[in-house]
Amino acid sequence: MKTSLSRSGSCLAVALALVGLVLFEAGHAAAQPTRGGTLNSTLWPEPPGIVIGIHLNAPTLLPSSKIFEGLLTYDFDLKPQPMLAETWQVSSDGLTYTFHLRHNVNWHDGKPFTSKDVVFSLTKFIPEVHPRSRPTFQRADVSAPDDYTVVLKLKEPYGPMIRSLDVISAPIVPAHIYEGTNYRDNPANRHPIGTGPFKFDEWKSGQYIHLVRNNDYWQKGKPYLDDIYYRFIPDSASRALALEQGEVQLATQNDIELVDVARLKKLPNLRVDTKGWEWGSPISWLEMNLRRAPFKDVRFRKAVMYALDRNFIRDSIFFGMAKVATGPIHSSSPFYTSDVPTYPYDPQKAKALLDEMGLKPDANGIRVKVSLLGLPYGELWDRLSQYIKQALGQVGIEVTLEPSDVAGWGNRIANWDVDMSTTYLTTLSDPALGVARTYISENQKKGVLFTNTSGYSNPEVDRLFAEAAKEPDQAKRKELYTKVQKILVDDVALAWLVELQWPTIYDARLKNVIHNGLGPNDNFADVYFEK
Amino acid sequence: MHYVGFALQWLMKALAVVLAITVLNFLIVRLAPGDPAIVMAGEAGAADSQFLAQVRKDFGLDRPIYVQLATYVGKVLTLDLGRSYRTRRPVGDMLLERLPATLLLTGTAYIFALIVGALLGAIAAAKAHTFLDSVLTAVALVFYATPIFWVGLLLILVFSVQLGWLPPFGMHSLIPVKGTLWQMLDTLKHLVLPALTLGLFYVAVYVRLTRASMLDTASLEYVKTARAKGLPEWRVLTAHILRTALIPIITFAGMQAGNLVGGAIVVETVFAWPGIGRLAFDALFQRDYNILLGVFLISALMVVFFNMLTDLAVRVADPRVGSRT
Repeated sequence: MKTSLSRSGSCLAVALALVGLVLFEAGHAAAQPTRGGTLNSTLWPEPPGIVIGIHLNAPTLLPSSKIFEGLLTYDFDLKPQPMLAETWQVSSDGLTYTFHLRHNVNWHDGKPFTSKDVVFSLTKFIPEVHPRSRPTFQRADVSAPDDYTVVLKLKEPYGPMIRSLDVISAPIVPAHIYEGTNYRDNPANRHPIGTGPFKFDEWKSGQYIHLVRNNDYWQKGKPYLDDIYYRFIPDSASRALALEQGEVQLATQNDIELVDVARLKKLPNLRVDTKGWEWGSPISWLEMNLRRAPFKDVRFRKAVMYALDRNFIRDSIFFGMAKVATGPIHSSSPFYTSDVPTYPYDPQKAKALLDEMGLKPDANGIRVKVSLLGLPYGELWDRLSQYIKQALGQVGIEVTLEPSDVAGWGNRIANWDVDMSTTYLTTLSDPALGVARTYISENQKKGVLFTNTSGYSNPEVDRLFAEAAKEPDQAKRKELYTKVQKILVDDVALAWLVELQWPTIYDARLKNVIHNGLGPNDNFADVYFEK
Repeated sequence: MHYVGFALQWLMKALAVVLAITVLNFLIVRLAPGDPAIVMAGEAGAADSQFLAQVRKDFGLDRPIYVQLATYVGKVLTLDLGRSYRTRRPVGDMLLERLPATLLLTGTAYIFALIVGALLGAIAAAKAHTFLDSVLTAVALVFYATPIFWVGLLLILVFSVQLGWLPPFGMHSLIPVKGTLWQMLDTLKHLVLPALTLGLFYVAVYVRLTRASMLDTASLEYVKTARAKGLPEWRVLTAHILRTALIPIITFAGMQAGNLVGGAIVVETVFAWPGIGRLAFDALFQRDYNILLGVFLISALMVVFFNMLTDLAVRVADPRVGSRT
């Protein structure tokens, strides 16, 4: 039986009221948005393609999220907001999702957008090309009773479904272009057709991607910008200079070295915003191979936690553009709890734990020798590895740093061929999507990156994650995730370091750059230059 | 007939060398640890077994290495360089898109360096052990020893940031320029700093090389004889010293010409120049083997071709070289 949840209805009313309020506030705070202007943004590295799903690289998402759209988007609190779906209902049993689509939406080639495109995207395109969302939509039976209604039926409730419908997780692509073709080799991949506020114009290899205003956009009067150039500038110092000189007006994520951000922050013509990563929720951590000694002993892992000063990591390595992570779930998630065991910096406690394990220091003060494969993403991560080596060295754990490039690093971690490694990973909009994969036993898949590569295994954790994913009630889900956070932190399944707060640096005249949980991956329909 | 025989013989050798290089490159590239499928998964922050299997299947990476090698060599012989794993586009197209930018940059730097370097080197040799010689040699040494990226950033600071005369990066202005002549001028404006950065290093090399070579030659007996015969100094310099001294310069210039394709990675990076060096550099880290092999192949062809030209040029400059073979 399909019934509209009264809670969903009131949620919707609250959401709409909030949207109205936000629009009202935005209208007052930022005066009248003005039309026109070219936005020049950095984009590095040059993406392999710009169709989300086929490619999921960070530089793919930035331009692609202006061309394509999802059914929903999410605010800073990860509450769903309308996009291609104008309204939606979830049945009380959590098994049926009904989406009412917008009318008067056209693809960039002029063809009308209908429920056929949504059904095709969710049942064929995404399950075929999108490694992250494949499992989500393989659970759903998707149908279209009419041109503007889509119904998703699940066999069992799936909590994260409502947070899986943004442009990154579930991009809606045109059925009339992709259906019956080899999606990965479709010529439209080099000249994508979407419904978004910007249309693809040109891709000059090694130089730029150019998007132009979609004059037929469904939000009348938007977008405000005439066009966007994404310029490929390979050198970080050159990117910083380009921002400083006003050659480009926007840079984000890892574009600018954090040491330069601290300098750029002080310039009057630039603004720095560290919000906008709520949807991605990236956390960096030190992973230990629990299949090997001494890491399999929880006392050793706790010693590592006590030996690392994560406030120092936040302040001196990430220049304050990070937040100390307390566990596996990001603090911006509605399922986060801070009520978990804590490991304040305490080298004495670390030494005591190592003593208790019988790892006594030798004449040189060395208790045990291990190796660390640091994330080879440049200077910042090298400094993090250096710090870990020093900090653990102070408690008698001698760390050998292993140099590598990204390919070698990924290969060794995927094949469990490491002692310790550093990385960061987006924990995504729902723990069932981006957190569980790192800890559940069934996701120990040798040879596959971003699975449970540490080898952590705890039947209770497996059960809690499975139960929480199936639970339709948000409050009950939170209870389950609270339990799982406590267990994982107590077990030190990983040594969580900091939540990354990547800076988005932009021209002070540019407005509405970061205004929801998708941050710079929002569609930029509302972005404008103040005149 | 002498030169035709030389050319035929050279062609046979060249083919064998290029084939051997292709096989060797293929094997060397595969020696680096890492799996393109895992790299792509890493970049995407997402992976599952199906994704990895799909990538490996699409590009034949799941087949034994010798089968992959045979397939690759077979394709190269039909001028098919395969497809990029990341972009899924034909490698030949990707290289052709980038090649003109690199040749423009390295070619300009090369000609600039050759002319200015040989000229300044000749002056330094003619004025050996004078103040001018010391200054030229010292400046050459400084540019030779200074890292190219640093020179690039310094030039940007002076000419782009401080003086605002030249654009700091890219090959074209962001706001499109109308009219062919203006477009060419626009590209030229963007070319100055990267070409100068790359050129200054080679100028330094040519100054030192020309000077040393000319001084060596000047001390030979036949030059003394020429002077003893009472020839004017300019004639001794041009007809007797320079011609012989040219041989090491030609040899080096030939070697450098072969390196035109891949020799500008650093400069292309600092100045965001959309060339092939940068493409290869990225491909290396992404384990995009086909792009890497494509760049290597073109480089190898260039080296082989310019080596032949060098051989020919040396024969012209010093006929004794040909007669000895």
